[in-house]
Amino acid sequence: MSSQIKRGVSLYSFQNETFQGKMNLEDCIRTCAQFGARGIEVIGEQSFWGWPEVGANQADIDHWHALIKKYDCTPVSHDYMLDYKRYKGRPMPFEEQVASVRRDIDFGAALGTPFIRSLVSIAPEVLVAAAPYAEEKGIKMLTEVHAPLHFDHPWIIRMAEMFQKSGSPALGFLPDMGMFLKHYPRVWSAKFRRMGVPDRIADYIEKAYEDRVLSEYVILEVQQMGGTGPAIGMAEVIRHNSAFEPKRMLDYMDMIHNIHGKFYEMTEDYVEPSIPYDEIVAVLQKGGYDGYICSEYEGNRWIEDAEEPDSVEQVRRQQVMLARLLGEPEAPALKAAA
Amino acid sequence: MMDNKMIIEGSLENVDGGFAFQGRLPYYRGLGLSMVEDIEVSVDGEPVAREAIRFSVRGKTYTLDEMETVYDNRWNFGEKATIIVLKDGGLQPGSYRIGFGTRLRISYLPMVPTTRDSKELALAA
Repeated sequence: MSSQIKRGVSLYSFQNETFQGKMNLEDCIRTCAQFGARGIEVIGEQSFWGWPEVGANQADIDHWHALIKKYDCTPVSHDYMLDYKRYKGRPMPFEEQVASVRRDIDFGAALGTPFIRSLVSIAPEVLVAAAPYAEEKGIKMLTEVHAPLHFDHPWIIRMAEMFQKSGSPALGFLPDMGMFLKHYPRVWSAKFRRMGVPDRIADYIEKAYEDRVLSEYVILEVQQMGGTGPAIGMAEVIRHNSAFEPKRMLDYMDMIHNIHGKFYEMTEDYVEPSIPYDEIVAVLQKGGYDGYICSEYEGNRWIEDAEEPDSVEQVRRQQVMLARLLGEPEAPALKAAA
Repeated sequence: MMDNKMIIEGSLENVDGGFAFQGRLPYYRGLGLSMVEDIEVSVDGEPVAREAIRFSVRGKTYTLDEMETVYDNRWNFGEKATIIVLKDGGLQPGSYRIGFGTRLRISYLPMVPTTRDSKELALAA
């Protein structure tokens, strides 16, 4: 039986190519459509120059809608930032933060996305205050639950309680699958080794991660092994990344409306070596999830010092993996694009 | 991220009052100019004084101090900004090791990251 879960892509995945002007918005959307990934997620200010301080051109918004129609895709999410540190030395006042979120609600509505993504550091009070406006515009604001935070962290628990207490259907979550980091990513380890981390220390850190040793102990051990600079850095990333359990999403299924299919590397045989997508998809199916999983390739920054990332091929491989896990009949376009 | 793509190859040139090259923001999105805390430039390892640096996008030029209160302009994703260094007579023709760094105040990060690139750029006679 085919799954209710749908495949999409966050155009964040193609940042290496779009940054350099090697792919434009049409290239990105056409590529996603070729992979059968019809849900399109954007970081508004990555894909639309000028947003938010200057504003986006109406012509660019019209172009977006024309492309979505041309390639038979669906807008999923506008990921906004809310720069509450815009003013040096003082935080942005509360009311101004709420007003800023309202503008991003408007922008999401202009792009036709049912969701806008809120960064996890945005105070729940701001989101609750903006919720009535989001409801009016038919937009859900989804807080991205992202490592080092997770569904058992007190910040997320407090947020969930506030969202529930508000009773607003416009408040929910968007989990990033990077929080289920089962193994130390090979591309991270390789980069730290290129930066000069000795093999004996890098091997120790990878083993300690497998053994789920507390990050503070790993950092101390690396110091005592004589590690400095990048060796400490390689250990410190364990502070911000952990193998939390995908099943922790089950308590919040009714608040989860989009998924970031974070990945660092897809092998030729369609495996993400560090994130357990088989477990993840099983949990989402068990929870009755029927939204999108949007590919979010983040390996680029870990390999760009050694090789030019091929984001399109990486996304293709993840889409093949997802199509298989979702029980879709083998999509010919996915093979043809190889 | 994008560290090695910050400086645009072949962009070094003399301009009125100094020299300039093109640079990109090392980030997966753009940023409002008030959040660019600092821009560093060095030439063959010699740091340039902050006061001698100008930042220019789409025809608007700012000192780094001015940028700190610019709330209506951005350094867009992948956008090539012109980084100007005030120096009488500019640079003599030749090859220079140009260093370029940015310190950015990112709302969600628990630190203020500095990212640097360095490239050998030639200035034609």
